Amino acid sequence: MHLELADVSKHFGGVRALDGISVEIERGSVHALVGENGAGKSTLGRIVAGVLAPDGGRVLLDGTAVSFRSPREALDLGIAAIAQEPSIVPQLTVAENVLLGSEPLRAGFIRRRSLRREYEKLSASAGFELPGDAPAGRLRTAEQQKVEILRALSRDATTIVMDEPAAALSAPETAQLHEIIRSLSAQGKTIVLISHFLREVLELATTVTILRDGQVIRTSPTSEETEESLVLGMLGRPLTSAFPDKVGPPADSPVVLSVRDLRAPGVAEASFDVRAGEIVGLAGLVGAGRTEIARAIFGASPPEAGAATLGSGLAVGRSPRDSLRAGVAMIPESRKEQGLIFGRSAIENVSLPRLGDFCRIGFVRRGAERRIARQMLERCAVRGAAYSSPVRTLSGGNQQKVLFARMMLCNPNIVLADEPTRGVDIGAKRAIYDLLVSLAADGLGVVLISSELEEILGLAHRVLVMRRGRLVAELEGPQMTEPAILAAAFADRSAGGAAA
Amino acid sequence: MQEPAARFRASWVERLRSLGILIPFIALFVTLSLASSSFFTKVNLLNILDQQSATLIIAAAGTLVLVAGGIDLSVGATYSLAGVTAGYFAQRTNPALAIFLGIGAGVLVGIANGVITTRLRINALITTLAMSFVVSGCAALITKGNLLVLFDKPGFGKLARTEFLTVNTSTWLMAGAVIAIGIVLATTAAGRYMYAAGGNAEAARLAGVPVDRIRVVTFVVSGAAAGLAGVIDTSRVLSAQASSADTGLAFTVLAGIVVGGTSILGGEGAVWRTVVGVLFIALIGNGYILLGLDPLYEQITMGVILIAAVGLDVWTRRART
Repeated sequence: MHLELADVSKHFGGVRALDGISVEIERGSVHALVGENGAGKSTLGRIVAGVLAPDGGRVLLDGTAVSFRSPREALDLGIAAIAQEPSIVPQLTVAENVLLGSEPLRAGFIRRRSLRREYEKLSASAGFELPGDAPAGRLRTAEQQKVEILRALSRDATTIVMDEPAAALSAPETAQLHEIIRSLSAQGKTIVLISHFLREVLELATTVTILRDGQVIRTSPTSEETEESLVLGMLGRPLTSAFPDKVGPPADSPVVLSVRDLRAPGVAEASFDVRAGEIVGLAGLVGAGRTEIARAIFGASPPEAGAATLGSGLAVGRSPRDSLRAGVAMIPESRKEQGLIFGRSAIENVSLPRLGDFCRIGFVRRGAERRIARQMLERCAVRGAAYSSPVRTLSGGNQQKVLFARMMLCNPNIVLADEPTRGVDIGAKRAIYDLLVSLAADGLGVVLISSELEEILGLAHRVLVMRRGRLVAELEGPQMTEPAILAAAFADRSAGGAAA
Repeated sequence: MQEPAARFRASWVERLRSLGILIPFIALFVTLSLASSSFFTKVNLLNILDQQSATLIIAAAGTLVLVAGGIDLSVGATYSLAGVTAGYFAQRTNPALAIFLGIGAGVLVGIANGVITTRLRINALITTLAMSFVVSGCAALITKGNLLVLFDKPGFGKLARTEFLTVNTSTWLMAGAVIAIGIVLATTAAGRYMYAAGGNAEAARLAGVPVDRIRVVTFVVSGAAAGLAGVIDTSRVLSAQASSADTGLAFTVLAGIVVGGTSILGGEGAVWRTVVGVLFIALIGNGYILLGLDPLYEQITMGVILIAAVGLDVWTRRART
């Protein structure tokens, strides 16, 4: 027995996040926590890591009760946490970040050479390479996570809590992460893995605990679980099918968006068409330029050269305001940073782009605004939430649906959906898939960007693969397979690696 | 899923927080009414409003700037510039032109602030702080260091000193300006855009909100309000000078806004809050005088209350997440 949670409870304001949780985590195991958003898995992870203190119950480490007042205290006892968004100091180098707070010192001055040596020893034992003197801020998310993992190892952590480590990673990066987790586990480290990806859980974990509404449904060896049994446990009901049926656009459907020789920051060159009723999937590694294409078409960061033209012949890409008026809408990559005004209500967030429609001589007619916004929110199946309370209080899935409601209010011809299901639970995912499919069925052109290949394969009628700012493959019909996409996304990676 | 009871409790906390400064304000008001016989009199209360009219006008407009995610530290200097500009022209031309040019000077400063912060992307704090030096300098150039005396221009004094329904026009002007600014923020599309721009500028931009334009508008309103306040005060006391003490006004105004509960981080706040905040601070000053307390402690009290107000804001934000 290594770590034991006995009857742990946690409240936030009046909300009960954890309700008498008891879990035992074996030494050297990979223990997964699964559940819908709001089930309490992140809260549990944060209690284990000392970020939060429980309101009730006890945390036992090797049989003795411990109460961490800070992550530092947990770290002293060998428990480290790796957050979804890595916390690094971007200006410092990788090595400095790894050893931050435990630098080798002499009379208060950092001994650079022994810092360097210590770092090299550490990265050799971890089994992966990172340039120690590169500024950490230049690294990609996947590499920043490695910095955090090294940091945990440098403090001799025996238990590492990982909260959605793969959420912001592309497929190949995820594969690498899985390798790291396996090797850590082989070294006898205990891993607490919080994840939305059930396949990942089944592949990596030895034990899995299912949480629902702040309570443990069951803890069992993963060998006894399947994706279906996990979903059943998490939802309390079976999930019908992951994806809606695919209905392709009619053969003669017109082109509604045509992109020619588009160049923008992060996009070297891109040309493609989107037809009415078509869902075009944009696949590739994180940083391959997928988001940048969407942003250029939408005018969020206007293109440097080339053009994006609508079926009507109108060019877009000057500014978001113009694009919205011309009928192009974007669901941005990050709903928190780029999507929603968190402090305002769902209704106000929905009406924002078309506020002028609800105004009389500059004054907002709240009745009309409320009525129309409510209609859109209901069409997007935003449920169990007060439309007039701040969107900050809504669940991740509902927040994402608020963005869809806003987009539908704009009545667009083109929808650019960038990671529309990121951080959203299974039930809400299906609802979002249904929305995307129904938009296409209504004759809209949809560009879907996703790092989850299943999503691309399950929804798109045609897949474009990007690599280093260029479109490198176009896959259609039976060509659309996971290996084909990965091969195209990766292709000159190995060649580039060999050259370097 | 939240239970209904839990949701009720959460919203109850939120509601209490939304009342904010109103409760301490009422408590202080009642205390002063009981402790001093001369507090709850028409003369005293109208006097407070009259004295605070400049601060209230500027703070109401400053609320828009803060809500939209900016800050304006140049209002004190602008107030001064508008005062001396109006005074200068009142001595030489007719009162109407003097009023127009005084407010116009404020508008120009606002345009400059807005353009510099949005087009050149220079931080609003730095821009408006630097602008306050430039504007103070301009004011000093106009007066050449002298006091502009307008006692022989009673026509100009009419702006603020006419009584209407037993209340001075300066108070009426203040009430009109504050209510108008409050209505803009609370009920118009422009007001909604201000909340959006301050709440999340990038999200607002991607939702098609003209973030830069709306921020320029807030700075122009702030400049115009500082201009109006300067003109009213010059008319009220019939004299004007370029005083460096007026830069302190920017901080008094900011204190009132923040004590009222408008967030310095943008995206949250209301004009009525600012009115309560400014008057709360005014009541403290008034209380010290009426109760004969040592005025040396007044500033200390002020500072402590300011920290408490901001602390409360930060603390409740943290409790929410």
